Amino acid sequence: MPIILDHINYIYGGGTPLEVKALDDICLQIPDGQFIGIIGHTGSGKSTLVQHFNGLLKATSGHIYFHGEDIYDRDFSMKKLRSKVGLVFQYPEHQLFEIDVLSDVCFGPKNLGYDKKAAELKAFEALRKVGLPMDLYYQSPFDLSGGQKRRVAIAGVLAMEPEVLILDEPTAGLDPKGRDEILHQIKELQKETGMTILLVSHSMEDVAEYVDRIIVMSGGRILYDDAPKNVFSRYRELEEIGLAAPQVTYILHELKDRGFDVDISATTIEEAAETVVKAVYGNRGGR
Amino acid sequence: MGIVKTQKLTYEYIRRDEEGNVEGITTAVDQVDMDVEEGEFIAILGHNGSGKSTLAKHINAILYPTEGTVWVDGMDTGDEAHVWNIRQTAGMVFQNPDNQIIGQVVEEDVGFGPENMGVPTREIWERVEESLKAVGMYEYRRHSPNKLSGGQKQRVSIAGVLAMHPKCIVLDEPTAMLDPKGRREVIRAVRGLNQVEGITVILITHYMEEIIHADRVFVMDGGKVAMEGTPREIFSQVEMLKSLRLDVPQVTLLAYELQRKGIALPNGILTAKELADALCRVTGRKQHS
Amino acid sequence: MLRDITIGQYYQTESLIHRMDPRVKLGGTLLYILSLFFFGNFWAYGIAVLFLAAVIRLSHVPFRYMVRGMKSILFLLLITVVFNIFLIPGTELVSFWKLTITQEGLKTAVTMAIRLTLLIIGSSVMTLTTTPNNLTDGMEKMLKPLKVFHVPVHEVAMIMSIALRFIPILMEETDKIMKAQIARGADFESGSLIKRAKALVPLLVPLFISAFRRANDLAMAMEARCYRGGDGRTKMKPLVYQRRDRLGYVCIFAYMAVSIAVGRLL
Repeated sequence: MPIILDHINYIYGGGTPLEVKALDDICLQIPDGQFIGIIGHTGSGKSTLVQHFNGLLKATSGHIYFHGEDIYDRDFSMKKLRSKVGLVFQYPEHQLFEIDVLSDVCFGPKNLGYDKKAAELKAFEALRKVGLPMDLYYQSPFDLSGGQKRRVAIAGVLAMEPEVLILDEPTAGLDPKGRDEILHQIKELQKETGMTILLVSHSMEDVAEYVDRIIVMSGGRILYDDAPKNVFSRYRELEEIGLAAPQVTYILHELKDRGFDVDISATTIEEAAETVVKAVYGNRGGR
Repeated sequence: MGIVKTQKLTYEYIRRDEEGNVEGITTAVDQVDMDVEEGEFIAILGHNGSGKSTLAKHINAILYPTEGTVWVDGMDTGDEAHVWNIRQTAGMVFQNPDNQIIGQVVEEDVGFGPENMGVPTREIWERVEESLKAVGMYEYRRHSPNKLSGGQKQRVSIAGVLAMHPKCIVLDEPTAMLDPKGRREVIRAVRGLNQVEGITVILITHYMEEIIHADRVFVMDGGKVAMEGTPREIFSQVEMLKSLRLDVPQVTLLAYELQRKGIALPNGILTAKELADALCRVTGRKQHS
Repeated sequence: MLRDITIGQYYQTESLIHRMDPRVKLGGTLLYILSLFFFGNFWAYGIAVLFLAAVIRLSHVPFRYMVRGMKSILFLLLITVVFNIFLIPGTELVSFWKLTITQEGLKTAVTMAIRLTLLIIGSSVMTLTTTPNNLTDGMEKMLKPLKVFHVPVHEVAMIMSIALRFIPILMEETDKIMKAQIARGADFESGSLIKRAKALVPLLVPLFISAFRRANDLAMAMEARCYRGGDGRTKMKPLVYQRRDRLGYVCIFAYMAVSIAVGRLL
């Protein structure tokens, strides 16, 4: 159980009339190796939440434990925490600054004190994991396409070899092709390394296919924390807070309402097709 | 001739290396013919690098064709003398909401275009009011744009173009940086412009669900028009869309999967209701046989 | 921390001061600042404080908001005070170790502190109650005579107004990039001066790139909206003096007269 959040509150502009409670009594357990989606619309507190995991924001009250240690203890090393809990921000390609891709990815490991050679080895490994073609390693990061830049930026965090990887809207601004490629790559990464991954998104469709667990945030609180199919079954409540379940959920409910005997918990196209076929042929067979 | 017409439009740019030597030539738009009638809602679809944004910038005379011609309301964009008339006739909304708002207050930003055109003060105020009302942002007229959500900022940008009284609005991926709520707001505003104000809309996007309401869709790939037709015609060609690496709405995909599994559904199903209706018909027919 | 800088920020209310012509506010602020440096005695400062308090009251901007802007220059203020206290020679007041505080030093220090505080709060009243666009409009119109000498008045005004609009955006961006680099193990807070300066590279390079990208986008957006310099442009909010503006001028001149009289006579 690498990360435990215990009654975390976070208040902006405390003491002023502009006071905003960005996080409201958050309790969470993040076990090893899980692939988790954090969903919420803009302003729901999801980005604020993930910045607590690596100590970039300090909770107004509450405790965070990393491998059983309280990260707010005075002798706890935040630098070490940040190397273990990697955070990839939204539009991470906006942080690239080095003259070539490899040097940029080396930035993290070098900050951790690795010498040039060790850092480069880690950078190579990270770039391989994000699937960037080898011939781009020595190019300027600014000459790459949007999707490639984003991979480089993700590699920049991976090169620190974190145990937990948090990605804040990794698909924002990408086209469908770029989006699918990045999500697929993240899933591969999770399979290969078994690392814990938290994917922040505002799109259910993005995460439905990939994650084991979905945390829905709204107004700074955790609304649901459950397996995808259980979360999607609350599609009416989700809509009230400006989110939508994947379209498949709506289709299956529509069919169910029309008297088809479909399994409404299906979340992917394949599962949905299967249950619809069964319902249609079952329908015919029954009569 | 329609409001926007392109004939064999080709745009090439020269790539240079660090020393400024020519590395090669990239053809971003390749022999595109397009004719848009006044009042139409056109969607241009394609992934990044397909040339759709380059094409859009020609309609506003920000880029000029390497070869071929673009006419906006009968004016050739290659003719210097028409530049300002063209920019006024075909307004443009860009992707990043932060980088196109000039004013520090919403109403001042909307007034920026008319000011540049030399519209008299009293009329500027009328235009600002009607434009902000058209996109549902009138109550925010005194707000600072920095405090607005992405969808609201984009609606302000649309109002800013609307205040110039264009015949046509080109929107270059206006929703790419927004969350689903913001996307819905913007698309609703855009449809309003088209249906209520009768303005020709050219919407560039890579989100499939945004093109459902378009009259005609152009799919771009590699600088060329790869597909053209009504949304239904486009969505009927699931294989083709997949090969272009474009998203297909889940309901269309599901219908396609069901077809492949032997259920006789029509092509190009766009909504859950259509799918349910079609399935009822199919199973109904089977009951009789 | 970066968000606390209020200079150049607009605070929206519907007050009399907000509606006033920017030229009155600009001229008034200028005269007010000048007046601060002409005062001979503390009575005059009392009047300056009262005048400012009255204006703040009229502006409906919470006082707390103005003081927040002071935080960022507190350090500067402190240095000024310390230097003045210890470095001005004169009648000795207290002395310890190698430092002496003189009567003159203390007096200058207090005067400087009051002047700076009033100056900062005074000018932030102007920026808090005037939109940057309005402000640059005022400047543009006031400086229009310089056009004869080929000074690009409109262009300079436009550049300033855009710069002001992008300050908060770039601040936020700085904050974000900084956090992102900290997440990659960057350290902006420890080490020698040279080390710290070097540590800024991963912050400044992305920031500059972003600023250029934004500038590029903005230029295109402005052209697309038919912007072609100041010629032939009309104004949405043309500057025409109203009764309240003339009244404003009267108030400012009255203040000047009274404060100078008090400063010289008492």
